[in-house]
Amino acid sequence: MSTNWIVVIATSLAAFSLKYLGHLIPASYIEKPRVERITQFIPIVLLSGLIAMQTFTDKTKLMVDHRAAGIAIAFAGVIAKLPFPAVIIGAMATSAICYRYRI
Amino acid sequence: MSVKRDSIAVGVAVGAAGAAFGAVSVSDHFSILQTCLLSLVLFSGASQFALVGIIGNGGSPLGAIATGAFLGTRNGLYGIRMAALLNNRGWRKILAAQITIDESTGMAIAQSDEPSAKTAFWYTGFGVYFFWNLFTLLGALGAKSLGNAAAWGLDVASPAIFVAVLMPRLAARSARLAALCAAVWALSLTHFLPVGTPILTTVVIAVIAGWR
Repeated sequence: MSTNWIVVIATSLAAFSLKYLGHLIPASYIEKPRVERITQFIPIVLLSGLIAMQTFTDKTKLMVDHRAAGIAIAFAGVIAKLPFPAVIIGAMATSAICYRYRI
Repeated sequence: MSVKRDSIAVGVAVGAAGAAFGAVSVSDHFSILQTCLLSLVLFSGASQFALVGIIGNGGSPLGAIATGAFLGTRNGLYGIRMAALLNNRGWRKILAAQITIDESTGMAIAQSDEPSAKTAFWYTGFGVYFFWNLFTLLGALGAKSLGNAAAWGLDVASPAIFVAVLMPRLAARSARLAALCAAVWALSLTHFLPVGTPILTTVVIAVIAGWR
């Protein structure tokens, strides 16, 4: 079985197990301030790390290229309270234009 | 009525981003079948984008699986709150678990009474599920004819969506500090660790930030 299939199946199983587990365990298990705080920070650090990695790296190399311009526009769009589709399309268009004209 | 209408509107708006996922996944060398299964079974946008992004960049399979799973932990936390609201048994619990995501939970807790909250959960959950999967297939089929992903801006679709998901969570100063630390930390380890693993180590920052 190829690596892609293993990753697809394993992550799907893990994700559903986590969702289902949430519906099974009593709320009192999680209602500890420290556990709540840590679990709130997990998506924040992962998403932030992923944005940085997917914008400024290629394999194990750091680089600033057309993607940085696109992500800057995404940040500006969210700050300007543009609707979700406008933020994404604006970022993609900016990145594509910078790529096309080698800015 | 307006709860149902609003819920379905959220389903269409969020589901449309499935087209970006379908296209990104195929350009990261996942087959159309694998791409559609990710949306049908994994069904968690951030985990899906993270997974194909890490593998597409030549990253380690374990790093991809672990990052996808960690990003899924918040759905588990939503499940705890939603289980108390829905009070389901058996197969309805399984269905509810599968559609427990940011949007269904967010719409449910935004309602002022319990019946509306239940309606919002089911309509938003199934609305997003239907449209996310429909658009994933369309995006995957479309990407086959696109060619170079960068020429269409597809290489920033995933991080741009992450920006839109992350920013509303950064109201507190501690959250902004943790996010900044995580970005700098992940980038500074890029050169030294296998692709897909620096991102996992940012969980340490979440533990430190939340310990207090």
